[in-house]
Amino acid sequence: MSDATVLIVGAGQAAAQTATSLRQGGFEGKITILGEEPSPPYQRPPLSKAYLKGELEQERLYFKNAEWYESQNIDVLTNITISSVDADSMSATTQSGKIFNFDHLVFATGSRNRTLPMEGAQLENVFGLRNLVDVDALRPHVGPDKNLVIIGAGYIGLETAAVAQTLGTHVTVLELADRVLARVTSPIISAFYEDLHRRYGVNIKTRCSTSSINGKDGKADSVTLASGETLPCDALLIGIGILPNIEVAAEAGIKCEDGILVDEAGRTNIPHIYAAGDCAKRFILPYGRLGRLESVHNAIEQGKQVAAAIMGKPAPKLDCPWFWSDQYNIKLQIAGLSTDYDNFVIRGDSDNEKFAVFYFKDDILIAADAINSAPEFMTAKRLITAKAKVPPEWLADSDRSLKDIAAQFK
Amino acid sequence: MPKILFMSHAGEEHSIEAKVGDSLMEAAVKNSIAGIDADCGGACACATCHVYIDSSYSALTGTPDDMEQSMLDFADEVQPTSRLSCQIPITEEMEGIVVRLPESQ
Ligand SMILES: Cc1cc2nc3c(=O)[nH]c(=O)nc-3n(C[C@H](O)[C@H](O)[C@H](O)COP(=O)(O)OP(=O)(O)OC[C@H]3O[C@@H](n4cnc5c(N)ncnc54)[C@H](O)[C@@H]3O)c2cc1C
Ligand code: FES
Repeated sequence: MSDATVLIVGAGQAAAQTATSLRQGGFEGKITILGEEPSPPYQRPPLSKAYLKGELEQERLYFKNAEWYESQNIDVLTNITISSVDADSMSATTQSGKIFNFDHLVFATGSRNRTLPMEGAQLENVFGLRNLVDVDALRPHVGPDKNLVIIGAGYIGLETAAVAQTLGTHVTVLELADRVLARVTSPIISAFYEDLHRRYGVNIKTRCSTSSINGKDGKADSVTLASGETLPCDALLIGIGILPNIEVAAEAGIKCEDGILVDEAGRTNIPHIYAAGDCAKRFILPYGRLGRLESVHNAIEQGKQVAAAIMGKPAPKLDCPWFWSDQYNIKLQIAGLSTDYDNFVIRGDSDNEKFAVFYFKDDILIAADAINSAPEFMTAKRLITAKAKVPPEWLADSDRSLKDIAAQFK
Repeated sequence: MPKILFMSHAGEEHSIEAKVGDSLMEAAVKNSIAGIDADCGGACACATCHVYIDSSYSALTGTPDDMEQSMLDFADEVQPTSRLSCQIPITEEMEGIVVRLPESQ
């Protein structure tokens, strides 16, 4: 055990967590993190928030500094892409042909942006927002008197819109669906965010399809919509979702299905190979089904699971999935997954930007979206994990204490 | 570089040199203090950076704002001295302060 080698492919949130949890758990073997990007592991959430806004220095994005990795005897090798893994010989090969042997291998390869299959999407001022390099490239295009067109009204598109608008940019958001955040939340929350962005001056167009990106000298200068309307732009941001990085795993014979399939301990179908984070598909507590989550909490939780599995320790206790998003002065905290809810109630008042929506399925609380409402979020997390059958009218009644409600379901 | 002493629930001590301007949470994470997970990276969204700071230091650490307080109200093992360490910027004057950790995060 003590001389085992753990190879972590990918150097993001899940990689950092796995390595940290291994050392915290007393693992004494060799740990090597191999990452494609030029940077050691860093946090992505601020990329579309404080970092884009210029309120957070780059240095504060990094989870750990170089001295820490050195003191923990963890090798972090950057600018290295693993192109194949051989499960039989227990080795991984880089694009340039270098071979790394392992006793345990962790896929922490994350995800990449979906690209827009449209002519013009390759022009030099058309950006995605996934990596530090992406934000640094986008930043100069954000500011007074600049036109930014964002295709896709998911969290990343909307967070970027909020920062860009705050910095004086003229922002237009184009969304194919009939509402923003359609894939991830209910119509009530979508309507709240549409209204919020419009009040700040963002031009949001839903049910809107783009028919072409037009350019001159290698640069996009306008976007034509299916309606025939043409919008000028100085830059474009495409935020239409992500694809999990599963190709290397799939070619190694690991079972994948829109995600590397892992069990409740983070193990793939091949012994000694694990996966964690955006690239993994796992059993989601408390819903009893498989799913792939794209969140920090998921990457951390799975990183801990994998570390425990490598060390032969019991799997850590799982929490219900959760997520947050910051836009303008609004903090959204999401507990659970609201997909396929059959009932909901609202607590609080959306007019004063402080309310929560609780979602139910078969009378069980399955999710909550809390807008500037931390107590509702914290309470929901507990109740969801406990699969509580909370009477909806209790939660809807702002005079009824959340602590009292939670106490009933201990 | 003020020295800060983290004390686990079991009484284990861990003294670190912190950087002025970082938050107490960042200092803890950079030094792998077990028990400070900081899932949200300081967005005041997770309460996994919960610590106790004796009231004798509150002049240095300030008091929680509304958002922090409402997260704390619903965290586990809250005490009157509870704080979210991501909401406390480190200053030179904090030399020698003691930060205690809850039993679980
Ligand atoms: C702009 C932005 C904002 C976000 N905001 C939030 C938020 O507010 N809240 C939240 O919960 N989540 C948020 N997320 C999501 C969260 O950051 C991700 O879920 C998390 O980073 C996933 O961690 P990971 O380790 O699985 O993948 P990543 O952090 O993506 O790391 C994977 C790494 O692996 C590398 N890699 C891939 N393939 C290879 C290979 N073959 N060889 C070597 N290296 C490879 C990649 O280059 C990458 O660096 C946000 C994401 C983005 C992009
Ligand atoms: S780090 Fe999440 S609340 Fe402090």
